Amino acid sequence: MDDLLIAGEKFSSRLIMGTGGAPSLEVLDQALVASGTELTTVAMRRLDPGAPGSVLDVLRERGIKVLPNTAGCFTAGDAVLTARLAREALGTNWVKLEVIADERTLLPDPIETFDAAERLVADGFVVLPYIGDDPALARRLELAGCAAVMPLGAPIGSGLGIRNPHNIELIVEAASVPVILDAGIGTASDAALAMELGCDAVLLATAVTRAQRPELMATAMRAAVQAGRFAHQAGRIPRRRYAEASSPTGP
Amino acid sequence: MNVTINGAPHEVPDGTTVAQAVLTLTTATTGVAVAVNDEVVTRSAWETTALGDSDRMEVLTAVQGG
Repeated sequence: MDDLLIAGEKFSSRLIMGTGGAPSLEVLDQALVASGTELTTVAMRRLDPGAPGSVLDVLRERGIKVLPNTAGCFTAGDAVLTARLAREALGTNWVKLEVIADERTLLPDPIETFDAAERLVADGFVVLPYIGDDPALARRLELAGCAAVMPLGAPIGSGLGIRNPHNIELIVEAASVPVILDAGIGTASDAALAMELGCDAVLLATAVTRAQRPELMATAMRAAVQAGRFAHQAGRIPRRRYAEASSPTGP
Repeated sequence: MNVTINGAPHEVPDGTTVAQAVLTLTTATTGVAVAVNDEVVTRSAWETTALGDSDRMEVLTAVQGG
């Protein structure tokens, strides 16, 4: 598979993993290895002195680049502060920008997200914003200097797949930065579809971490992303209403 | 003086530095970041930054998420 390029950095895997929802760090570790991921998100939270082990140790041990997110932020101000704290704690200027509108849907707030993106770009961050499947907003964020755009397939953790494949295609067509399908993936065919639609990568967590067998689902996702990428590059046949013989007709 | 550390009230001696306050939670100095009153205090400034009365200090680290 060809490399994924984000902000000049190369990745041979096009599967970006999240770490939320895993029942233990051991299970997470096995799933990350099986996924083949080279870029994985973490959240920033108040330090709990009693917490056993750290997700950072797992990522460091496996040589996986850490991508902090701003999950849990409702305002641009919160997100900017969280990104700055992540940069300080983790020594990376990459951030998955996530500003949500409400707890029930966890849908991204476009106004706060755009505001935060502008401020973080100005502050030297490599910004990867999580957004709705909105082609206009994706375009505006690219023009504002974001290193990628990350439209959702469906709400976080819903497993509903890609609810509006047409919009994802429109975003892909207009973008000259990587498009990363983020959120909503339920199973391997959803990840394959994202890649077939022309997305450059897929970010998922719950579909793997809450699967009955996370490691096996991670293996499935890895294969699906690769299959979808190949299919996209190969160019699918047009859909037809009627049959077209694949064997010679006549005697 | 009274300060808030990660949302909990604490009474600390006058002149307590950020570094000393962090030590009440963890001995780690990497993978951890501090904000006082919503401004980041860089690691290099922990020893020289004193807390003031009513300051709000947040000590964050990375956890599973996303």
